[in-house]
Amino acid sequence: MNQYLLSVHEVDGVVEGAPTTPEEMQAFMSEVVALEEQMDAAGALVFGGALHGPDTATVVRSGLDRVTTDGPFVEGKEHVAGFYVINAADLDEALDWAARTSAATGHPVEVRPFRATGRLQG
Amino acid sequence: MSSVGADELTAAFRRAHGRAVATLVRVFGDVALAEDAVQDAFVRAMETWPRDGVPANPAGWIVATARNRAVDVVRRETRGRQLTEEQARDPLRQDRVEPVDEGEAEGVVDDDRLRLVFTCCHPSLRPEHQVALTLRLIAGLTPGEIARAFLVSEATMAKRLTRARTTIRAARIPYRVPTEAELPGRLQAALTVIYLIYNAGADDPARAGLRAEAVRLARELRALMPDEPEVDGLLALVLLNDARLRGRSDADGEVVLLADQDRTRWDPTLIREGQRRVLAALRHPHPGSFALQAAIQAVHCAAPSHGETDWATIVRLYDRLLSRTPTPVVAMNRAIALAETAGPQAALATLQALTPDLDGYHLFHAAQAGMLERLGEDEAASLAYDRAIALAPAAADNALLRRRRAALRREPSAPADAPPG
Repeated sequence: MNQYLLSVHEVDGVVEGAPTTPEEMQAFMSEVVALEEQMDAAGALVFGGALHGPDTATVVRSGLDRVTTDGPFVEGKEHVAGFYVINAADLDEALDWAARTSAATGHPVEVRPFRATGRLQG
Repeated sequence: MSSVGADELTAAFRRAHGRAVATLVRVFGDVALAEDAVQDAFVRAMETWPRDGVPANPAGWIVATARNRAVDVVRRETRGRQLTEEQARDPLRQDRVEPVDEGEAEGVVDDDRLRLVFTCCHPSLRPEHQVALTLRLIAGLTPGEIARAFLVSEATMAKRLTRARTTIRAARIPYRVPTEAELPGRLQAALTVIYLIYNAGADDPARAGLRAEAVRLARELRALMPDEPEVDGLLALVLLNDARLRGRSDADGEVVLLADQDRTRWDPTLIREGQRRVLAALRHPHPGSFALQAAIQAVHCAAPSHGETDWATIVRLYDRLLSRTPTPVVAMNRAIALAETAGPQAALATLQALTPDLDGYHLFHAAQAGMLERLGEDEAASLAYDRAIALAPAAADNALLRRRRAALRREPSAPADAPPG
């Protein structure tokens, strides 16, 4: 089985159509949860989750001295809001999950094949 | 078994390449392995065919030899050992590793090649990689030949091909015809690639097999998607081109221009089939660029002579094509048609505006030369022919241009079809 990273990209700032009211947020969450249940039932889901915002990130660089700075690694208009690691037979199967993830979250999803898989290999 | 020349070998390789690679990809699921094995089989053929003669079924020989070669490689490699184990567990796959039956059903093989086209045209590959890889794998063009067609260096093209193959393997791009839901999104790339394969075979008699291959792929695609107007458009376009092939060169193999062609040499059966496909494509409210190009060819095919061509309709079709596909080459072809309704002066003005884009394209200078000739400006026409001759890639084109330039010098008076006024 091959593994793919599906990363969900969110645009910084206020975006039209994004959930604002508690009801909208509830509907959004239940769609995402339903998708995760489908991924799990299909045996595709390895691991995944939503991330706190990029302002909560800390960047560590190891050189002569260990340097720790705040903020996201890359300043940009987009940040990774969450991700899934999935098993899929081939790229088309991974793209299919990505399309469903994009539909559930309303965000673009980048699909990347793992070059080598670590201990999470199922 | 007869002795065999280098040209004959090259032609046999071209015919066998797409089928052999496609079959090997199906069996082994690995584009790079398939291509290497086919390359090895060609090297073996080069050693043995001149000595022993060409086998009765050259393509079958190439596929069988390549398959045996790939089995050897798979057995030897570590990665391959796992593959062999998988194949041992899967009885269906193991059957396929046996040397190929030379009488393998064409239907299965045809499907292999269409699957390979869609593999090469997967949306996660960049468009220029899609086209290059298909020309390499299906059409068997060398990296050097593809590089020349794209006006890039051979090293750049080699890198492009390697990257495309790496992506296919790393991302696990599947080797299959897309599902019905995916098909429309992946269709445009496949159509473009099939048309480029046709064109790669159009200028060179040694590559005539590519034209037949492109027509066959277009027919396969239509069987798969009978309701898609652009598929009808592409099939019509290649059929109508093929229909006029015999008129395009004379007994000595020299190129004959459309205006001078003997229309009785055109193939009426292919024209009828092409025109049926055009009508089907034009029933769609927004015909695509293949349907419009085919419609232009259909108007030419319907005309009893060059003078009786419905040029006004052709210019209108070019206008629609230009608004859909605003490329300099489309603008150039529109200008050439415009000369027939608005005169060569109007056409020349449009052409000259395209110089920054098309200065390196021989047909652009040939078109300008033709217009200047009709305006009686022989000296300027001769210079334009010189430039076209210097740029012409195919020997046949070059010879035609030389003849036209020579005719210009023999008859310095104004040509008969000079514009009114």
